[in-house]
Amino acid sequence: MSRVVWGACLLVASTAFVACADSGQTAAVARLASGEVAVSGTPEGIPAHAPARFEFGTEASATRVAMWDIDVRPDGEGLPPGSGSVAQGREVYNVYCVACHGPTGMEGPNDRLVDSEQWDDVPSTRTVGNYWPHATTLYDYIRKAMPQLTPGILSDDQVYAVIAYILWMNEIVPEDTVLDAETLPAVVMPARDKFVVDDRVGGTGPVR
Amino acid sequence: MPRDGRSKLSRRAWITTTSGVIAAGLVKTQTDAIKLVAQEAPSDPTRVPGKLVSELGGRAPAEEPKRLVRAQALSSSSRTPLADLMGTITPADLHFERHHAGVPDIRLEDHELLVHGMVERPMVFRMSDLMRYPQVSRIQFLECSGNGGGVYNRDRMPTEVTVQALDGLLSTSEWTGVAVSTILREVGVRRGASWILAEGSDAAVMSRSVPLDKVMEDSMLAYGQNGERIRPEQGYPLRLFNPGYEGNTSVKWLRRIEVTDQPTHTRDETSKYTDPLGDGTVRQFSLAMDAKSVITFPSYPYALPETGWWEIRGLAWSGRGRITRVEVSTDGGGTWVDAALQGPIMEKSTVRFRHLFDWNGRDTVILSRATDETGYVQPTVEQLWDARGTRTSYHQNHQRAWKIARTGEVTFGLGELV
Ligand code: HEC
Repeated sequence: MSRVVWGACLLVASTAFVACADSGQTAAVARLASGEVAVSGTPEGIPAHAPARFEFGTEASATRVAMWDIDVRPDGEGLPPGSGSVAQGREVYNVYCVACHGPTGMEGPNDRLVDSEQWDDVPSTRTVGNYWPHATTLYDYIRKAMPQLTPGILSDDQVYAVIAYILWMNEIVPEDTVLDAETLPAVVMPARDKFVVDDRVGGTGPVR
Repeated sequence: MPRDGRSKLSRRAWITTTSGVIAAGLVKTQTDAIKLVAQEAPSDPTRVPGKLVSELGGRAPAEEPKRLVRAQALSSSSRTPLADLMGTITPADLHFERHHAGVPDIRLEDHELLVHGMVERPMVFRMSDLMRYPQVSRIQFLECSGNGGGVYNRDRMPTEVTVQALDGLLSTSEWTGVAVSTILREVGVRRGASWILAEGSDAAVMSRSVPLDKVMEDSMLAYGQNGERIRPEQGYPLRLFNPGYEGNTSVKWLRRIEVTDQPTHTRDETSKYTDPLGDGTVRQFSLAMDAKSVITFPSYPYALPETGWWEIRGLAWSGRGRITRVEVSTDGGGTWVDAALQGPIMEKSTVRFRHLFDWNGRDTVILSRATDETGYVQPTVEQLWDARGTRTSYHQNHQRAWKIARTGEVTFGLGELV
């Protein structure tokens, strides 16, 4: 994408909704050229005489990015090396999680983690076992946020292990499962195909 | 001294006390004297000098608006006292809260934002860098999509519920910061990018995916709120602010933006903030807040003390643009009239509406319904049930009703209508 076109797209985007994908971008440039859109002097836009780059801020090193880039996606992007088994996970769970999530992951006092009962119309609970569409979300979330009072305390292997144990309690994986960067994204969650993208659009059409 | 004791203090007694203290030599300067007299609330404020100027103002002592705290837990919320407020702006100390692991303690000088992913130049910005970029400022609402969940369940429709408990996860501020589009222009977005992941530096490392189109349109990296630095509970020193989107996406204590070509499917966009529709599907990325309104006066626990003229007042807002109309019914939805809207009417902002009502002392139910610039009309709860089933937990923007009894007592009234 050339900088000139990108800049134009941004200027328009500050005053009107324009998708900066290919089609939107073309439309934006067309509107700009036709003089339809005021581009300079708007309070929210970047004025016409602004430089292409301000260069406030510093370039981030690869090390810095790697240090902070800790999210995990459904395709497995972001998963670290390492592995963990159901058996190892039972130990992790009974030390770090059981107090808040209960001996079988169902008792609480905090969020219920286990329900292997599947549903047709509406779920009566929304747990890992019957509601979560992606197993990778467990890695993303547990590494960032659990255990709640000491987040970040688990090693990468321990996170894999405790996920294996939670999935086993939910009857999603067998007891001899070992999870790693290859096997975790391959786990198919029972509720995966139930998720649909929002279709509400406002307007005078039917209420959705 | 108790408040009523103060007001009963006679002027004579007050002068005697004051003179006594002055005679005892405890007051040496004019400042001392004024401080002393200002401690008492005299019956006639024109006969006594007032308080001196101060570095930090405070509310009148009798004014004690408070947030309603759900539970003292790390993952909890507190709600804005909407019925105590006037106009549209929420005082920053009354802005609602929703945190998932408490409010982090962050120093301005230490905070950094990393922007990386599908960009030409991954960059780190300190707060002083961000402050130097062209600034934007807008008055817009922020609402948790769980707001109003208390009045959706057919079997548990409460009557004794305040506007604060019902819809207090709504606040409006003037937000100031730098447009996300300005920062993305700086780092150069690569072709094919379509989402961002925004991540906070709280102990939950709260993260949400937001469509790139949206953040390019009008999202902001906000560092100001109502003229001052954003409050810690609202994300000090930096938050993402996505106008009109469910509040959870406006990630607080923002430390990282990754430009991506797909959503990350974090826990708060899968396990939470999704809507099982009752037909075996679950709606995901339901981000925009549809048009909504609520009458804030009269509302529970208020009681109209007498018949006659009363002004019905409330708030209306839409995450899809401007509010164009608010109608009020004073006969349980039989007939509707246009309420007066207080300008300026801004995009994705709250609007104050008012309707003058001559209450004749009979039982009645009052309701409001908002229309936004897309033509969308705030639905009834039955319309939402028909469309989504009865088991969703977010986006309950249906019309709210208040029942006025013969005694003047006001209770939440939707139960009567369904
Ligand atoms: C001190 C109590 C506590 C401990 C210990 C704890 N958790 Fe949690 N957990 C919570 C709370 C509270 C929540 C809900 C947080 C929220 O809603 O923001 C939660 C949520 C979760 C969730 C998301 C549930 C859902 O369906 O959305 C998962 C998964 C989870 N915890 C896993 C773990 C694991 C694994 C451990 C042990 C390594 C652990 N937790 C230890 C309190 C705890």
